[in-house]
Amino acid sequence: MTNSIAEISDAEVIFAVGSNTTESHPVIGARVRQAVRKGAKLIVADSRDIPLKRDAEIYLKIKPGTNIALINAMINVILEEGLEDKEYIKNNTEGYDEFVEVIKKYTPEKAAEICGVDPEDIRKAARLYTSTPKATILYCMGVTQHLNGTETVISLSNLALVTGNLGRESSGINPLRGQNNVQGACDMGALPNLFTGYQPVNNPEVIQKFEKAWGVKLNNKVGLTVPEAMHKAEQGEVKVLYIFGENPMVSDPDTGHVEKALKKAFVIVQDLFLTETAELADVVLPAACFAEKDGTFTNTERRVQRVRKAVEPPGEAKADWEIIAEIMNRLGYEAKYNSAEDIFNEIRTVTPQYAGITYKRLDKEGIQWPCPTEDHPGTKILHVGKPTRGKGLIKPVEYEESPELGSEEYPLILTTGRILYHYHTRTMTARIEGINKLAPENYIEINPKLAAAKGIKDGDMVKVTSRRGEITIKARVTDRVAENVVFIPFHWGYGANVLTNGELLDKYCKIPGLKVTGVRLEKLA
Amino acid sequence: MINLKIDGRDVCVPEGTTILEAAETAGINIPTLTYDPRLGPCGDWDVCVVEVEGRLDFPKASSTVVEEGMVVRTETPAVVNVRKAILGRILANHPLDCLTCPKSGACKLQELCFKYDVKEATGVKTREERPIDDTNPFYYSDPNKCISCGKCVEVCAKLQCAKVLSFVEKGPHKYVSPPFGTAIAQSECVSCGNCVSVCPVGALMPKSKEVFRYWETEPVRTTCSYCGVGCQMDVLVKDNKIVDVRPADGPANGGLLCVKGKFAYGFVNHPDRLKKPLVRKNGKLEEVTWEEAFDVVVSKLKETKEQYGPDSIAAFSSARALNEENYLMAKLMRAVIGTNNIDHCARL
Ligand code: SF4
Ligand code: SF4
Ligand code: SF4
Repeated sequence: MTNSIAEISDAEVIFAVGSNTTESHPVIGARVRQAVRKGAKLIVADSRDIPLKRDAEIYLKIKPGTNIALINAMINVILEEGLEDKEYIKNNTEGYDEFVEVIKKYTPEKAAEICGVDPEDIRKAARLYTSTPKATILYCMGVTQHLNGTETVISLSNLALVTGNLGRESSGINPLRGQNNVQGACDMGALPNLFTGYQPVNNPEVIQKFEKAWGVKLNNKVGLTVPEAMHKAEQGEVKVLYIFGENPMVSDPDTGHVEKALKKAFVIVQDLFLTETAELADVVLPAACFAEKDGTFTNTERRVQRVRKAVEPPGEAKADWEIIAEIMNRLGYEAKYNSAEDIFNEIRTVTPQYAGITYKRLDKEGIQWPCPTEDHPGTKILHVGKPTRGKGLIKPVEYEESPELGSEEYPLILTTGRILYHYHTRTMTARIEGINKLAPENYIEINPKLAAAKGIKDGDMVKVTSRRGEITIKARVTDRVAENVVFIPFHWGYGANVLTNGELLDKYCKIPGLKVTGVRLEKLA
Repeated sequence: MINLKIDGRDVCVPEGTTILEAAETAGINIPTLTYDPRLGPCGDWDVCVVEVEGRLDFPKASSTVVEEGMVVRTETPAVVNVRKAILGRILANHPLDCLTCPKSGACKLQELCFKYDVKEATGVKTREERPIDDTNPFYYSDPNKCISCGKCVEVCAKLQCAKVLSFVEKGPHKYVSPPFGTAIAQSECVSCGNCVSVCPVGALMPKSKEVFRYWETEPVRTTCSYCGVGCQMDVLVKDNKIVDVRPADGPANGGLLCVKGKFAYGFVNHPDRLKKPLVRKNGKLEEVTWEEAFDVVVSKLKETKEQYGPDSIAAFSSARALNEENYLMAKLMRAVIGTNNIDHCARL
C-alpha cells in the first residue's frame, strides 16, 4: 500500500476495485464503512454484488476481466472534461502524450459495452474520483488475478497519476495483500528474480553484495515462479519441490496438473496439518504455528510487527526457521541462529528498507518500511510530493478479451474469490467448529435467470465443466452474479481450481488468470 | 490550552478535552464501567461522576469538557456515595452469580462493586427473565446480565458498521438484540465479536470450550496470522492453551478484529496437528524421527544437486510464515543449493 490502513477512515472518496474488502480484509472493510459513515463516497467496481455494494454511491457491476476498459474510460472522461491535474502531469510524469492517443478510443460508451454497465455511471465515477484530493484506490485479486493483471495495475496507476491522487494523506494506490505475510515474503526475497528488499538477482553489483554477505558464489539466473516450477516438475525437469506453508493442491489453478507434478517430483512439505498437498508428499515435516514462535510479519501497509510465542508447539513440531537452519547446517553451510531475532538482525544488514528496524523498537509498535536508520520513524505514505522513481510513468494499456471467453462450448464465465469465514485453503479454518457451521460446504453462485433456463433450483447439485476438468457442486441461486457469470469460492479442495487455467499467465508477473474461466453448467440428473 | 486542577494536581490540556481525558494525562484514573475512547462519552448512568467546585451536581467526567480554572475532585466521599448508588441500582437488575459467571475476574461491574464495597442491590428488580440467545456459534447473549450500557450497539453500528444490534424495548425492559428481537443467527451479524470484546459484563460472551478463570490466563500480544491487515491482539493463555483472544489497539485495527482473528484460534491446539515427521515408505507416509527425516531430505537435496544441477530443485516459500523464515528459505535456496528457484503464492 502507498498509504496506511488508518488513513482509509479519513478518505473522502474511495474507489474499491476487484476487492471484496469486507470479506477478504474485514477490518479494512470496517474502515471503509467508517469513512462512509463520516460522509465519504464509495465507488465499487466488481463482477459480483459484494457486501460493500450497499455502501456504494456508484456501483459498477462489470463483466469479469474488463477492468482496463473501465479505468481507461474513467480517464477518458477526466481528460475530456478537463478534470486532470495538469501541474502534476507536467512536473511528475512522463509518457503522457502517447497515452492520450490510446485513451481517446475508450469513450464511456465503448467501455460501457465491454463492461456491461451504464456509460453515465462511468462518467459519474470519474467525476467523483476527481472531486477531492482525498481520493484513494483500493484493489485486490479481482484486479491482479487476470492475464492482464499487471496492465490493470498500470491503468490504475495511470488514473492516480493523471489526477495527482497519490502521495498524500488518504490518497494513493493501495493493493490489499491477501495473506498475513505476503508482503513480508516478497520483502524477504521469496521471489525468483529478487533478493530481499527487491534487489534484482541479475544485477552484478547486487550479486557481489550478497556473495560477500553470504560468503558463497551465487547464481544470477532468474529462477522459476510457482506455476513455472509446477510445469517443469510435471515435465520432469524439476526433481525436488520443497513446499513450506503452502497448499498448491487447493490454491493453484488446474488441480489435475498440480497433482501430476507433485506425484512426479520428490516433494518435501512442511506444514501444520496433513494438507491435500502433504498427502502427496514424500517427506512431511511438522511445523510450529504463529502462536508457537517469535518473529515478525509485515502487513499490507508495510508495517513490520512482532509475533510472540504464546504456547509450546505440539509433539515434535519445530519452528520453520529451525528446520531450515538445520538443513542448511547439514548441507555444510553454517547457519548459526539462536533465535528469530538473530535472523532478523542479519536481514537488516542486507535489506536497506529494514535496516533501522529492531526487535526492541518493535516492542512498542510496528514500524512501516522504508526505515533506513534506527532513528527513522518509518514511512507512512509512499511517493509523497512526487513518485519515488522521480517521474511517474504513464503507460497506455489496452483492453483485450480473455482467450477463455467467447467459446460456444464454455459460454459462462467462472470467477473465484474468498469468503469471510474461510481462509485460503482452509487448512486452519476447516478445523474450527463454528466456522464449519457458518460456512459448511462449497457452492456455486448462479443467477436466477440462468438457473431457471437450466432447470436448476437452489440447493441442487450441478456439474461444472471447463477445458481442464469437471466438478459437482451445490447450487446457490442468487442475483449477486450476472446472468452469464458464476462464482465459486476457491477455499475448497477439488473445487474451483480443478476448473481454472494454469497455463495462461500474466506476461509480466506470471499470475494466473484465475478470475476468468470459461465453463459450462448442467443440472445433475 | 486550558489549566485546571484535578485532585490537587495542576493539569494543562488542549481545549475540548474532557475531564476524564485530562485526568488520564495526569495519571489519575476515574473509574468507569464502559468508557471507550473510540466511542465518546459513557452512557447516562455510568459511574464516571466527579465533583466540580462551584457545581451542585455530579457531572460525568467522560462528557464534561474542561474549563479554565476548574477544580475537580474525583474520589470524595460524596462522589463515592453517588457511585455506590448507581452500582446498587444496576445490581437490582443483574444476577449475583459471580461464583459461576465465566466473566468473573474480567467483569467491570464486579470490579467496581468490589472497589466500592457494594454487596446488595438497591431497589427492586424491574425486569423479567429473558432467554439466552445462543444461536451464533461463537458467542451468546444473556440479556439477564446486560446492563444496557449500549457499547455493543455502538461498536456494531459505528466501528464494525454492521448495525446488527439495537435496543429493543418491551415495557420496562430494554435489552440488546437484532431489530425486533430476532435471533442473532437470523441477522446480518458477521460474527466479528467486536461487541463481545467491549461488553463490560457477562452479557455478550464467547462460547469457550475451555473452563478457565480470567485471572488464570496470561495475555501475549501478537499479530493475527490470517489476513494481511495485521491486526494486533492478545491471546490469553492458560496451561499452554489459548483460551480466548482480545483485540488490541494496533495501528491497523484500532481495537477491532474479524471472526477469524477473534474466534478461529482453535486450530492451534487441534488434534490433527502434525506432531512427528513423516516419510513415505512403500507408498505410505510413516512417522519417523527428525534424524531420519533430515537424513532423507538432505541426501535427496545433495544427490539431486550433484546429478541434475541446482536448478532442478525448487522451493515454494510461505506467505504465512515469518519474515525470518522466508529470508532463510531464500538463503537456503540461493546460497546453499545455488538456485533462484524460490517463489511463494503471492499470486494466489
Ligand atoms: S459480532 Fe460483530 S456484527 Fe455481530 S453483532 Fe457483534 S459487532 Fe455486530
Ligand atoms: S450486552 Fe453488554 S455491551 Fe451490550 S448493552 Fe448489554 S452490557 Fe452493554
Ligand atoms: S482479525 Fe481478521 S482482519 Fe484482522 S488480521 Fe486477522 S483475519 Fe485480518
